[in-house]
Amino acid sequence: MSTKPIGKVRLQSQAKAGEIIEVKTLIAHEMESGQRKDASGQVIPRKIINRFTAAFNGKPVFEAEWYPSVSSNPYQSFFFKAVESGEFAFTWKDDDGSEYVTKSKLTVA
Amino acid sequence: MSFMSSEQSRRDAFKLAGLAGLSLLVASPALATPEEVASAIGKAYGDRKFASGKIKMDVPEIAENGLVVPINVEVESPMTDADYVKAVHVYAEGNPLPNVISYKFTPACGKASASARMRLAQTQDVVCVAEMSDGSLYKAKATIKVTIGGCGG
Repeated sequence: MSTKPIGKVRLQSQAKAGEIIEVKTLIAHEMESGQRKDASGQVIPRKIINRFTAAFNGKPVFEAEWYPSVSSNPYQSFFFKAVESGEFAFTWKDDDGSEYVTKSKLTVA
Repeated sequence: MSFMSSEQSRRDAFKLAGLAGLSLLVASPALATPEEVASAIGKAYGDRKFASGKIKMDVPEIAENGLVVPINVEVESPMTDADYVKAVHVYAEGNPLPNVISYKFTPACGKASASARMRLAQTQDVVCVAEMSDGSLYKAKATIKVTIGGCGG
């Protein structure tokens, strides 16, 4: 992929204290499994996002380790219990070492 | 005589074609087996016992497109500091590689539930393993029928 993928995140911007909210994420990535062969019979090398992490105010909340069986343009959702206002940092880690980071704010009333 | 020999060569040609077809079949990537999934689980948890229950797998009974099969896993838990779901692993018994996804939850999640989309090469069983904070383990299994496989095919 020539352009750097940008992780998209959908979650409500405000929540009541104690409310459990759903966080939905999506990133454009081919997730090349390393199982496919090109026209000349050569194995196309694996290149996937192997780890997704979510942290809130610097504290880890949720982590997903992805294997080649995860679909391209991977979607991931999880839940979060709102306690205080702060900022999420979502990080997608690519096989090539690059990291794609998206941040979202959450206000707890 | 000449008729016989031409028939013979035609038969040989068919035989060759058959052999070529067979070798194509053999050359297709080896798929994981239930044993490989069991050994992957064994690598993580040794020969510890698994209980049933607590895990709810939401997967389609029939997946039309094996490239994008939605999977939601929810594990029953109060998700408090004292009692929460530590990890959930998803394995596929008929994919080239047994591992699909591994989740790590924290009490901050409030609810041990996550959704993703996976590739399935063929009709197969998908296995979920959950590890609780007190060390207890749970296992669940679901069969998914795949109409069009989604791994390299």
